[in-house]
Amino acid sequence: MEVLAAALVIGGIGTVAAIGLGVAAKVFAVYIDPKVIEVDEALPGANCGGCGFTGCAAAATAVVKGKAPANVCIVGGQEVAEAVAGIMGMSVEEGEVGIAELGCKYDVRTAHLLFDYDGVEDCRAAALVNGGGKVCSMGCLGFGTCISACQFGALYRGADGLPAVIKERCTACGACERICPKGIIRVQTPSRKFTHIQTDDDCVAPCQATCPAQIDIPAYIAAIGQGDYESAVCIIKESNPFPLVCGRVCPHVCESACRRNDIDEPVNINHLKRFAADFEMNSGKRFLPQVLPPNGKRVAIIGGGPSGLTCAYYLARMGYQVKVFEAMPKPGGMLLYGIPEYRLPKKTLAWEIDGILELGVEIECNKALGKDFTIEDLYEQGYDAVYLAVGAWDSRRLGVPGEQDFPQVASGTEFLIKRGLGEETPVGRDVIIVGGGNTAMDAARTSWRLGAENVYLLYRRSRKEMPANDIEVDEGEHEGIKYHFLAAPTKLVGKDGKLDAMEFLKMELGEPDASGRRRPVPIEGSETDIQANNVFSAIGQSPDLTCLDAEGVASELNRTKWNSIVAADGTMQTDVSNIFSGGDAWRGAATAVEAIRDGRFAARSISLFLSGEELTLPSNWYAKAPKLPGIDEGINLDKSDRAKMIELSVDDRRMNFNEVELGITEEMAKKESGRCLQCGEVCYQGYREKAS
Amino acid sequence: MTEYLLLVVYAVLVNNILLAQFLGNCPFLGTSQKMSTATGMAMAVIFVLTCAGVITWAVQWYVLVPLELEYLQTIAFILVIAALVQLVEIVLQKTAPALYSALGIFLPLITTNCAVLGVAIINIKEDYDFMHTVVFSFASAIGFGLALVLFAGLRERFALSRMPKPLQGTVSGLITAGLMALAFQGFLKLGEG
Repeated sequence: MEVLAAALVIGGIGTVAAIGLGVAAKVFAVYIDPKVIEVDEALPGANCGGCGFTGCAAAATAVVKGKAPANVCIVGGQEVAEAVAGIMGMSVEEGEVGIAELGCKYDVRTAHLLFDYDGVEDCRAAALVNGGGKVCSMGCLGFGTCISACQFGALYRGADGLPAVIKERCTACGACERICPKGIIRVQTPSRKFTHIQTDDDCVAPCQATCPAQIDIPAYIAAIGQGDYESAVCIIKESNPFPLVCGRVCPHVCESACRRNDIDEPVNINHLKRFAADFEMNSGKRFLPQVLPPNGKRVAIIGGGPSGLTCAYYLARMGYQVKVFEAMPKPGGMLLYGIPEYRLPKKTLAWEIDGILELGVEIECNKALGKDFTIEDLYEQGYDAVYLAVGAWDSRRLGVPGEQDFPQVASGTEFLIKRGLGEETPVGRDVIIVGGGNTAMDAARTSWRLGAENVYLLYRRSRKEMPANDIEVDEGEHEGIKYHFLAAPTKLVGKDGKLDAMEFLKMELGEPDASGRRRPVPIEGSETDIQANNVFSAIGQSPDLTCLDAEGVASELNRTKWNSIVAADGTMQTDVSNIFSGGDAWRGAATAVEAIRDGRFAARSISLFLSGEELTLPSNWYAKAPKLPGIDEGINLDKSDRAKMIELSVDDRRMNFNEVELGITEEMAKKESGRCLQCGEVCYQGYREKAS
Repeated sequence: MTEYLLLVVYAVLVNNILLAQFLGNCPFLGTSQKMSTATGMAMAVIFVLTCAGVITWAVQWYVLVPLELEYLQTIAFILVIAALVQLVEIVLQKTAPALYSALGIFLPLITTNCAVLGVAIINIKEDYDFMHTVVFSFASAIGFGLALVLFAGLRERFALSRMPKPLQGTVSGLITAGLMALAFQGFLKLGEG
């Protein structure tokens, strides 16, 4: 009897509890993606936290959201990874493979020490004492706390005292990253790298800090030194998908920041980049990067120039469906229509662009915004975000009498675009170019190649102030371009629509202006005439934003007084939250490498924006490179000769458009890579040995 | 009022559930390596223990005693506490997702926590009325949290200090727990007289 009562009571409590829970589950039901439940069930349920998420349920949620790969579970092994991949309908390999990487090159023993540290041998303890006590605030402290944190024995202390990674054992669990007090060792994936914006916390060499695209220059030079050209190309493409182009046309500001300037000459960084890129092209095989599975979001890119294609490249790698709308008949923008064949062969450019399109980027040419479609049309077609990179295709006029009267007077860009389109552009015996930038040089050297006997280049300041790349000015001189510095055009003269000559005024340099350059002042009565059959003006370009002269969304995009699009630097976001802008359309006529930077930054922002995350920049990011210390006083490093580019002789350049720079040989590249000091922010190779 | 205050002092310091009664030692060692984990666990225990104390008190006085089935106390309490934790989890997930994710994995861990059952049984043994039960349950949980957070603070420092290999981890944890218990014995006569 008593047993029955007991059973009834316990059973009763159980039933009440069960009914209560059942009702509660119904009333308080929370929708959980059935996939999350499925994935959660496939995981071992150990809740060990080894994957970096708080428990298996959190990991399952992350997998379904696409924030974690199928092989997220570090205890489940291949079997669980395959089961999860099966549920998600992707292959195990499709997720990005992460690997721990150390962001420090020189440890406690080699790097500058402020004082001797004699405390507990643990990085976290050392970090509490004045940040580790080193001059370098970001260096590895070298006590190996990350090594003891690794559950998989994937880290060991290398011969140099720094932690080293055994790639086969690293599961990318992130335990080392979480324990490192200085944020030096990090689990890196390609997308984490190419969505990174450099900050003051990054240990970067002066060259990398200065490079607008923020390429990890010492890393790819080291890879070239080891003969691993494929890695070198991949490293470059984590920040710049145009190594073939930039290896040819980049003004390489990195080289002026090179610490070797303090010893002899800078490392020939740009030509090493070109060497690695040429190696890929000549190998006949593309080093295609991993492309993440499609995430179903669509992005429209307006403008198929370097900025637009860069944005497309990185978005495609992150799994976005990207379509580029290009107004001209072919993609490439100013790289194709502005830069002449002898500097950047069309075939080379096409090969590079094909590599980007092969990642699944769609392109539609002869489609101009404002003429063939509007931004609203894009929304209707289901595009979630837009990147506006329409370039700077408008050129400034000379503003002198007679400019409109002669068909032989044109802007340098018009002339170059015509050539890019394959039209005939005959020039007469005497050609005058006005301007001192790269467009002026391109027009001058192109005219010379087309058979002009006398090519004059007029620039209102002196040679020192010329914005063109030095190499261009030098090569132009070799080719016989006649420079007239401190000269400004005043009048174009001719008869019956036929140009005869141009009159110019001599100038002298006066007080410095706002840009710090000395302002040219005309000398009264110094008018001089030069005979001219053609005059090309290349005195500045600005964006042509007539494509945005429409009702609706386009009218909400604000413009600057220089007629460029208003967008926030870094995020590249315009006044319309899902429209981003960069490249020449945002900054005014500038270099390819800066356009590439904007494209990559925009890809980062678009990805954050479309995943619903907050669109912020790291608080200590920099738009302008910090000034980093050079070689310390009293240290004498061995001098060596810089590799010289092999060039076509001047005689072989006349009347043709063959590429002038022929590239450097493998032997030269290897030797040149050995000149790199493999700098960190304050450290560099040979510092210790020479100092002691 | 003084009576309740004394009860609080008694539950938190004199008869600390962890360091004087030695109940709930598994989470004490398991969730004390990091301060953030320890506070999460402490919060979860405070929440669940107070609810469980009240519910079990009701089960005891309104179900078991009238039916003269007091000997079923343990099994009935386990059943009720387990169901309660599940219920709390379901309700929290819907009504307070932020609190739910903050308590995270600790809520289900408490289902089988002896501190919770221990306090429920003490409430009955001591013949507490409803208000005493609420205060005692809440204060015991505070005591649990206090000990856990203090302990986590110590263990976080251990991680940074030089320690012989055989003593690292749980070993030094147990020694420390013993020393802390000894220290809490100092409160023993507090509240008397």
